[in-house]
Amino acid sequence: MTVLAILNGRIVDPAAGTVTAGGVLVRDGRIAEVGMIDMPAGADTLDAKGSLIAPGIVDIGCFAIDMPAFAAGGITRTALMPDQSPPIDDGALVQRALAAGKPALWVHPIAAATHGLGGTELAEIGLMAAAGACAVATGRTRIADARVMHRLLAYAGALGLVTITHAEDDGLVRGAVATDGETATRLGLPSAPAIAEAMAVARDLMLVEQTGAPLHFRQITTAAAFDLIRSAKARGLPVTCGITPAHLYLSDAEVGPFRTFTRLSPPLRCEADRQAARTAVADGTVDILCSGHDPRGSEEKRLPFTEAEPGMAGAETLLTLTLGLVRDGLIGLPRLFDLLSATPARRFGLPGGSLAPGAEADLILVDENAPWKIVAQRMAATAGNTPFDGLPVQGRVRTVIKGGRVL
Amino acid sequence: MEQPPAARTRSDRPGNPMFPHRHLTGIAGLQPHEITFLLDEAEHWIALNRGGASKHDGRLAGLTQINAFFENSTRTLLSFEIAGKRLGADVVNMHAATSSTKKGETLIDTAVTLNAMRADVIVIRHDASGAVQLIADKVDCPVLNAGDGQHEHPTQGLLDALTIRRRRGNIAGQIVAICGDVLHSRVARSNILALTALGADVRVVGPPTLLPPAIEKMNVTRHTDFDAGLDGADVVMMLRLQRERMAGGFVPSPREYHALYGLTPERLKRAKPDALVMHPGPMNRGIEIASSVADDLNRSAITEQVEMGVAVRMACLDVLTRGRRGIEGWA
Repeated sequence: MTVLAILNGRIVDPAAGTVTAGGVLVRDGRIAEVGMIDMPAGADTLDAKGSLIAPGIVDIGCFAIDMPAFAAGGITRTALMPDQSPPIDDGALVQRALAAGKPALWVHPIAAATHGLGGTELAEIGLMAAAGACAVATGRTRIADARVMHRLLAYAGALGLVTITHAEDDGLVRGAVATDGETATRLGLPSAPAIAEAMAVARDLMLVEQTGAPLHFRQITTAAAFDLIRSAKARGLPVTCGITPAHLYLSDAEVGPFRTFTRLSPPLRCEADRQAARTAVADGTVDILCSGHDPRGSEEKRLPFTEAEPGMAGAETLLTLTLGLVRDGLIGLPRLFDLLSATPARRFGLPGGSLAPGAEADLILVDENAPWKIVAQRMAATAGNTPFDGLPVQGRVRTVIKGGRVL
Repeated sequence: MEQPPAARTRSDRPGNPMFPHRHLTGIAGLQPHEITFLLDEAEHWIALNRGGASKHDGRLAGLTQINAFFENSTRTLLSFEIAGKRLGADVVNMHAATSSTKKGETLIDTAVTLNAMRADVIVIRHDASGAVQLIADKVDCPVLNAGDGQHEHPTQGLLDALTIRRRRGNIAGQIVAICGDVLHSRVARSNILALTALGADVRVVGPPTLLPPAIEKMNVTRHTDFDAGLDGADVVMMLRLQRERMAGGFVPSPREYHALYGLTPERLKRAKPDALVMHPGPMNRGIEIASSVADDLNRSAITEQVEMGVAVRMACLDVLTRGRRGIEGWA
């Protein structure tokens, strides 16, 4: 029996909504006691030195298994998008992905909704779920054919799986690399109206209403789409949505002189939409904060803007950037870890995200005030494609504890 | 006359207060007096170009000018080649069709290769917006944008401004209607930037499917009614409509486009009686412009635009290489 006592910290408990001084006792990889703990004889001790003790981050919808970046970012579990090579559309591929990160990181593969993510024929969702897939996703794009999406939702819902979709109307955004607006016009970039997102959301909400199946929008970034989701939630529909820090901190003006690190999917929006996204975090419309981790090397980013691949390396900056939301007064610390850990774990039926006795001891120690600077060239990730290059930030993960083991 | 730092791009190196830029990647970022300076410099070269059999000035002798054209071009390439040769540069043309970019080499690798060959000035055309800036950031010599995607074509903007200034006497206060496919036009963007900076009243006119979103933010007015857009204009600038965009994607057909947005003698009557007609070429006769308008020597400045193009490019090549040539005040 191994016992670890983490002492002298400040415990962030998203379930209780509290931050309290104390420690955590871990026994055999599981949480045994929280708060004023009794130190058993012979326990290993770890002095948190006043750091936050919080549940490890559960990051929904990453595109790469990038261990150093996840460790640096305090991410202990990730739901891996099916957009791999080859796409995760088969039980064997699910099993292979499941083992990819252990023991430091648990990878929870998301099953491709359709064969090869082609958007036309349902993949073997049931067999992939049996193999360990935690959800089903349409991939980087949505499913254009409403009939296929209808069947997917009904089928996955019956299996108890949440469907994850991308929210952009495929017709409107075809060929576009930016949002309609002054920046796209001045730079001569092909662009699409921001309503492409709300149009996609509107269709899928109708299908949720029809089927009763749970649906998660991986990223929502516009005021119009937040309004639709807000009212759908008020009607009791089983929908949730996520967002990455990029759309909370950056508007399309940041594209500047063709900075390909700001080429994202969905693209950066106007300032009013950015403000709406921050409001949606504050008022609870946003359920999940995620990194969208998608490291891209120079061969995919040092290209003309229209030819560069979208995506950002976000794993190691997710926590430090979202701690900014706490400093800005949008949310409190417990709510932050609700958005980063508790809700994603609960929504997708994953262990972790909890400090309850008996829960997996996936914990991070965070010095929430430690200052540092995001430098693309010094990222732990396999590529440093961050639109936040050069930004001074605060908050750093000091220690990651995965299943009771200090990494 | 030091520029505020915010107006500079990364690659700028102040050479002289009159033109403190290392590259010419666009009209954006140029101050009005810098645009005027380039136009004034171009005036010098018009006389040389018109003067008799010998049109040679040796000031770029010994310098290597590479025209790297990743997109097909006849007239712009020819114009840059003539401009360089008249200034005495060793001009080398690199065509995309025969270059290693077709073999999968990245743009950056190509830029590094051109740099290693010790070019003294590189002229670039590319079909992607921003591609020229990408190369400019990677090379040691001045880079001249000869058109990048749908972004900018600065020498075209300058030559059009020069043409208007010479024919109308002034740019400030002129009503300029830029008509047609503004959405896909780098010519339109550079013209809008140059002409608004110099005080013109610019309108963009075209079918709503071919006008960029938020174009009003570039200080122009937007017209979808061709007649209203032409009303009282001093200058009517027609843009080329690519064939592949006439087949239902953006407009229903060439003949409908001509009926709604083609410049005919009747249509031109909406503009001022002495209004100037311009076109960057190559023209689709009978589609965006009727031959009788294009060939009307009293109204059309189309061949003069081509002439001004050589002078403007000579001025840009001269100004951008002054630092390398050790000209006092520029080095």
